[in-house]
Amino acid sequence: MENELKVPTMAELFAAGQQPEVLFWVGCAGSFDDRAKKITKAFVKILNKANVSFAVLGTEESCTGDPAKRAGNEFLFQMQAVTNIEVLNAYEVKKVVTACPHCFNTLKNEYPGLGGNYEVVHHTQFLKQLLDDGRISMEGGQFKGKRITFHDPCYLGRANNVYEAPRDLIRKLDAELVEMKNCKKRGLCCGAGGAQMFKEPEKGSKDINIERTEQALDIKPEIIAAGCPFCNTMLTDGVKNKEKESSVAVMDIAELIASAEDL
Amino acid sequence: MEYISNIIFAIILFAGIGFFAKNIKKLSRNIKLGKAVDTSDNKPQRWNNMFRIALGQTKMVVRPIPGILHIIVYLGFIIINIEVLEIIIDGLLGSHRIFAFLGRFYSFLIGSFEILALLVIVAVVVFWIRRNLIKLKRFLNPEMKGWPKKDGNLILYIELVLMILFLTMNAADYQLQQMNVAHYTKAGAFPISQFIAPLFQDMSTSSIILIERSAWWLHIVGILMFLNYLYYSKHLHILLAFPNTYFGRLKPKGQFENLEAVTKEVKLMMDPSADPFAAPDEHAPVPEKFGASDVMDLKWVQLLNAYTCTECGRCTSECPANQTGKKLSPRKIMMDTRDRLEEVGKNIDANKGEFVADGKQLLGDYITHEELWACTSCNACVEACPVSIDPLSIIMDMRQYLVMEQSAAPSDLNNMMGNIENNGAPWPFNQMDRLNWSKES
Repeated sequence: MENELKVPTMAELFAAGQQPEVLFWVGCAGSFDDRAKKITKAFVKILNKANVSFAVLGTEESCTGDPAKRAGNEFLFQMQAVTNIEVLNAYEVKKVVTACPHCFNTLKNEYPGLGGNYEVVHHTQFLKQLLDDGRISMEGGQFKGKRITFHDPCYLGRANNVYEAPRDLIRKLDAELVEMKNCKKRGLCCGAGGAQMFKEPEKGSKDINIERTEQALDIKPEIIAAGCPFCNTMLTDGVKNKEKESSVAVMDIAELIASAEDL
Repeated sequence: MEYISNIIFAIILFAGIGFFAKNIKKLSRNIKLGKAVDTSDNKPQRWNNMFRIALGQTKMVVRPIPGILHIIVYLGFIIINIEVLEIIIDGLLGSHRIFAFLGRFYSFLIGSFEILALLVIVAVVVFWIRRNLIKLKRFLNPEMKGWPKKDGNLILYIELVLMILFLTMNAADYQLQQMNVAHYTKAGAFPISQFIAPLFQDMSTSSIILIERSAWWLHIVGILMFLNYLYYSKHLHILLAFPNTYFGRLKPKGQFENLEAVTKEVKLMMDPSADPFAAPDEHAPVPEKFGASDVMDLKWVQLLNAYTCTECGRCTSECPANQTGKKLSPRKIMMDTRDRLEEVGKNIDANKGEFVADGKQLLGDYITHEELWACTSCNACVEACPVSIDPLSIIMDMRQYLVMEQSAAPSDLNNMMGNIENNGAPWPFNQMDRLNWSKES
């Protein structure tokens, strides 16, 4: 029996005169993509369990503008950014957590120049903090000894030098963390960044997600852990393409923790 | 007639340095064709980067074999150049081994130069084997055909010849010292060239002097020629790596610059007090071009990047698009930018300091749309570059031109952008449905 999710919106809290500890920026994938919605829910379950005071913007949230900016449409990006910043500033948001490294990077690095100054953390950093503060505990029984590899999202790793938070969490699950040939600073892209998610790839000899999936399968993991909804889609497709979906799961770090806690 | 060789030396030296200075002036003018960018911030961090990355070669050793070999050649270049200082003074004054008074320290210096010279020869031979026999993939990309391949080998040959001349000069000198020939002061240690010296044993003194003098002259003339070759080659990195790492990016790699020209327009659009029917100001400056279609639209640091690139191809070998057979090669982006900039520079020279439109531009004539759209903006190329070059920024500037000036995005991306404009999401979902996930089980 699944507990109902408690997902307060900023508007509700604001009306009640409350200010949450943190705003959860869900992102477009997290709101609409069927696979990514599971990640969103897993993360909310953890937040609920840990009694974190948070809120979402809900229908007041809009695309950060990342895919428009990477596609070269600076105009559309800034329109999105300025609109979002107006909403965020109206609610006096101080801290933002998001499960999407693209939203994370844009909010953290590109919004300050347009008047949006917030402390922005990726959900793996936030979860690591909850763990360090003793607000969640992880008994990794279910994942004990499992071979898990972590795929570094470009916009979390190289773009913002966050490599350890997701890895620390995997280690806490008592899992065997195994690294791919290309990892951390030299991690290979899943193929979705730079607005590639929304277009067909250029002509080539192979799709990038297949190349990356092969790197992952080379080290024989039971789980490929991801920290980005787009990487998740690309790698899930890759694993399906290799007909390995029965033996290799692609899971977000939040999903790993929610499963370990049996939420 | 006594001073004839000193005079000839002085003429060659000043001609060599003068010609090089002229080309450096041209190089600097070309770089300044780029748009202004403020690099006055964070000086300590910038110096630190230069010391660490350029002087300390920290990013070279990410790939240990070429990294360590490169450090040998680099140290050889820097340290053996102390010897060049002596050669220049000797050449101008007609002295011989003027630093010999340093005694044991001098012996130590010459001895270490010789050992380094031998190591450089070994490294250069291995580099040649890697380029021509082992055929490493990154040296075989299409952009490496023709001149770039020749250029790479030529540099290795020049370095090899210079080192051999240096050792030959020392060997002959050592032999003459052993024979107590006047003018050849007993000075220096010759751990390597002492094994070459026996070759000269049976020769006459004058023959050995001839060999020593020839090697000495060829060595210094060779160095001056090599100095002047730099401008015409990829090898400029030995100088430009220093400013390039100093001026390199300090912000997080994921932070792309927000275009100020766009900010102005967006602020105006969002301003409720702005008059939507206002006639445009007649004296308003022509709006800035969005993005880049040619080298003059890029910033000067990007142009410095282009001249600094030594075509090592680490960027391209890390590029996910290139690895999976797409046309994009970050190295080619840099080479194209440099080649077009050189073309523009020559155009300016030929037209009395004014650029005359030549019907060409970087976009299309050098870099194709297909290359630009293959980029995933993953920053692997930026991370891989051992001298802080940023090919991604050029790709993004050119995408901006394609989208904002030409509306030439692939149709899939136009759909995506249309969705963001209409629904606030890259997919056609209603913004009002954003929270539906919370009610789904």
